[in-house]
Amino acid sequence: MSAEIEERLESMEIQDDELVFDLSMKKKKKKSKKTEEEPVDEAPADTQEGAPAADATEEDPMAMFGEKKKKKKKVKAEDDSAAPTEEGEGAADAGEFDFGDMKKKKKKSKKVDFSAFEDGQDQEGEDGGARDPDDIFANEDADARSSSKDGGEAGESWIGTNRDYTYNELLSRVFKILRQNNPELAGEKKRYTIVPPSVMRDGNKKTVFANVADICKRMHRQPEHVIQFLFAELGTSGSIDGSQRLVIKGRFQQKQIEAVLRRYIVEYVTCKTCKSPDTLLTKENRLFFLQCESCGSTRSVSAIKSGFQAQTGKRAAQRT
Amino acid sequence: MSDIQNLVTYDPFADTGNSGDSADQQSYIHIRIQQRNGRKTLTTIQGLPSQFDQKTMLKVFKKEFACNGTIVDDEELGKVIQLQGDQRIKVNALLVSEGEIDKKKIKIHGF
Repeated sequence: MSAEIEERLESMEIQDDELVFDLSMKKKKKKSKKTEEEPVDEAPADTQEGAPAADATEEDPMAMFGEKKKKKKKVKAEDDSAAPTEEGEGAADAGEFDFGDMKKKKKKSKKVDFSAFEDGQDQEGEDGGARDPDDIFANEDADARSSSKDGGEAGESWIGTNRDYTYNELLSRVFKILRQNNPELAGEKKRYTIVPPSVMRDGNKKTVFANVADICKRMHRQPEHVIQFLFAELGTSGSIDGSQRLVIKGRFQQKQIEAVLRRYIVEYVTCKTCKSPDTLLTKENRLFFLQCESCGSTRSVSAIKSGFQAQTGKRAAQRT
Repeated sequence: MSDIQNLVTYDPFADTGNSGDSADQQSYIHIRIQQRNGRKTLTTIQGLPSQFDQKTMLKVFKKEFACNGTIVDDEELGKVIQLQGDQRIKVNALLVSEGEIDKKKIKIHGF
């Protein structure tokens, strides 16, 4: 049993990747579809929006949305449904029913609905295809929101009924459980972010780097080390003022400081083995070592050397 | 056996003349930038391999980048080429293409 679950998990991970990949692709598809086959696709999209509101007050929610594009769509869709073509009406009907149902059960259940449709009756293949991107998108969306408040009943909607569960349902169920118990296994990579340095000019020739202390704290590094690196890289000097701000001699822009900080992070913060930023910098007899907290690897990092400093100021001042 | 680093003994009395590992450390070419007054900058190239003649290199640099420059003799770091203006990228490109220096051996510093 457990082996089975594992197997499933593996395949799921792959699936998840595909989903992520699909997301962007499908989005594009969706867009193009809207432009291409308006009459078929428009109607469901329209009903999706119009469904919660009463049909008579269609105009109002549109106004609320305040999007001209949508309004246009609306008109077109209305025309469509008004036209007594069998096909368009049928599609619109199906769409209405479908999406109305979805609305009740929220996004996650969309997929369930769809699969149920597939199982039950033969919808027009084209229509199903058109809805498919929506499905994946919604699924991804619901997954992205890890809040599974409606996921519970939607994910296990087969329990009450006597129909068989589908692969997708099981998939979402496993992911839900996985996410609840240990979210780091669900494949969500936490990106390492740092607040952008707030850099401003202090007078004509100095630059103030206000949030050094904050950034150092986020990186778990001594401010001295960071500042030393900054000075060595920028080829200047400076000091820390009363409110823990760094005053650098010379004019620097924020993106320049950011680039240097990025290099610092690559060299002195991230673990080369596992790319984790969760590291410690220790000094052992004049050598700096970087120890990774998550994978335990240790590597030595080069000490900061400012190297050759050309003389830029006045020579007379140098000679004091 | 000698693959294990801990077992490699270091002889403190060995001849320090052969700068084998120190040359290894020094083999980086550092290209730095320094701000001068106003929006003027200075590029320094430190640690050029000794098989290149610094004087001719400087000449080439000056000609190629249309800037002035000098050779500064530092006590510790040897000869350092100074160029006017921000020539870091150009120096790097030239060193890689003409001097056939490994890209990893060159370190560009600065913002």
